[in-house]
Amino acid sequence: MSDDHHHDHGHGHAHDAPPSPHHSSDRSAEQNRVLEEKVARIEALLIEKGLFDKGALDRVIDIYENDLGPMNGARVVAKAWTDPGFKERLLQDGSAAIAELGFGGLQGEHLVVCENTPEVHNLVVCTLCSCYPWPVLGLPPAWYKDAAYRSRVVVDPRGVLADFDTDIADDVEVRVWDSSSEMRYLVLPERPAGTEHLTEDELAQLVHRDAMIGVRKVEPA
Amino acid sequence: MRGRRANLDGIHDLGGITNFGPVRPEPDEPVFHHDWERRVFGMNMAGLAFVGPVDRARHVIERMDAIHYLTTSYYEHWLHGIVTLCEELGYVSAEELESGKAKGPANLPHPAPDATMIEELVRVGMPAIRPCVTAPAFSVGARVMTRNMEVKGHTRLPRYARGRPGTIVAYRACHAFPDTAAHDLGECPQPLYTVRFEASDLWGDNVSRRDCVYLDLWESYLQGLDEGVA
Repeated sequence: MSDDHHHDHGHGHAHDAPPSPHHSSDRSAEQNRVLEEKVARIEALLIEKGLFDKGALDRVIDIYENDLGPMNGARVVAKAWTDPGFKERLLQDGSAAIAELGFGGLQGEHLVVCENTPEVHNLVVCTLCSCYPWPVLGLPPAWYKDAAYRSRVVVDPRGVLADFDTDIADDVEVRVWDSSSEMRYLVLPERPAGTEHLTEDELAQLVHRDAMIGVRKVEPA
Repeated sequence: MRGRRANLDGIHDLGGITNFGPVRPEPDEPVFHHDWERRVFGMNMAGLAFVGPVDRARHVIERMDAIHYLTTSYYEHWLHGIVTLCEELGYVSAEELESGKAKGPANLPHPAPDATMIEELVRVGMPAIRPCVTAPAFSVGARVMTRNMEVKGHTRLPRYARGRPGTIVAYRACHAFPDTAAHDLGECPQPLYTVRFEASDLWGDNVSRRDCVYLDLWESYLQGLDEGVA
């Protein structure tokens, strides 16, 4: 099945693809200018109507732009790689173990961690909207929210992985977690070979967002 | 507003379509690409106190016209959502939205949350687990069949997984039920399970037999396949 995808569009790099209205960052300068004006007008109106507080609006943007992000999830993964007791608790009760590191809350109230092994590769999607574990990964990238990923990953996970240059051996089971409830999923990637000498902090530097969604692997330093 | 629903199988239910083109990851992608996206995100979050529950906020986007949905971006969906809900809930009028000028204060039950209250909301979240009123009908390992149903409003059972056999792999406690919560019909908590579907049971013989999809499904979406189970 995945062979077709290799032939169709090479390895699917972004620069190979034609412009598409389905990719949400593709908006003309004019469209964005119109949206800037429209949103500013609506924001001013709704603040005047008392629907929200300007300070609250600014603060919540600041939290998600600066305080939360994949660096949190990377700390969870690095600790799981270096502390077997923590890993056991993490796989048993994701929310409770992740709370030990001070992470949790909105869109991460019920966290489950899926461990990648030589036999099983996990990846996460939300086909119905864009559910994502905000406390550990921050807000999702545009591709996670766009139609191409949400539609195809459940039926053709290996083809989508090829878009990320990720090749999973035929004898490995690919599990796609479609986030249809308020449960939120975080992938625990495999620790790469040759990292035995690294500290927990150094390991956390290797762990990137895509590995915790499950579309790439963690590479050795 | 009560009970407002589209009689729909919406375009948001995208799972299983394969011709939207390749996934295009963007190197070093910023959290927001434009300031208007930043403001739309902030408005939706700061307005949560008045437009919730989250399932209603999801359903207002699901009610978008299919072509409109597909030709607008993620934060345009969120903009449509917050504006539509504020209008439907009576907080702002079409005339005010058109003119941009408020004709009077909105009739709100309490003041808008301030920055400290928003921080607390982000820290604590909005847990979906509720006390159980019924014991779970299915145990881990049970074979189940999803119901095949025409959708009358919001649901979290995707079209691609209706009328399909699967296996219960985890029980997740009782969760508020989106199908009723989205329409002001109460939270009606139900047992929630993670169900494993073999790729071949969803898509036929033309896919890798080794692969599978996991979905979180409420008990009323499921029927027992094992003998002696309701």
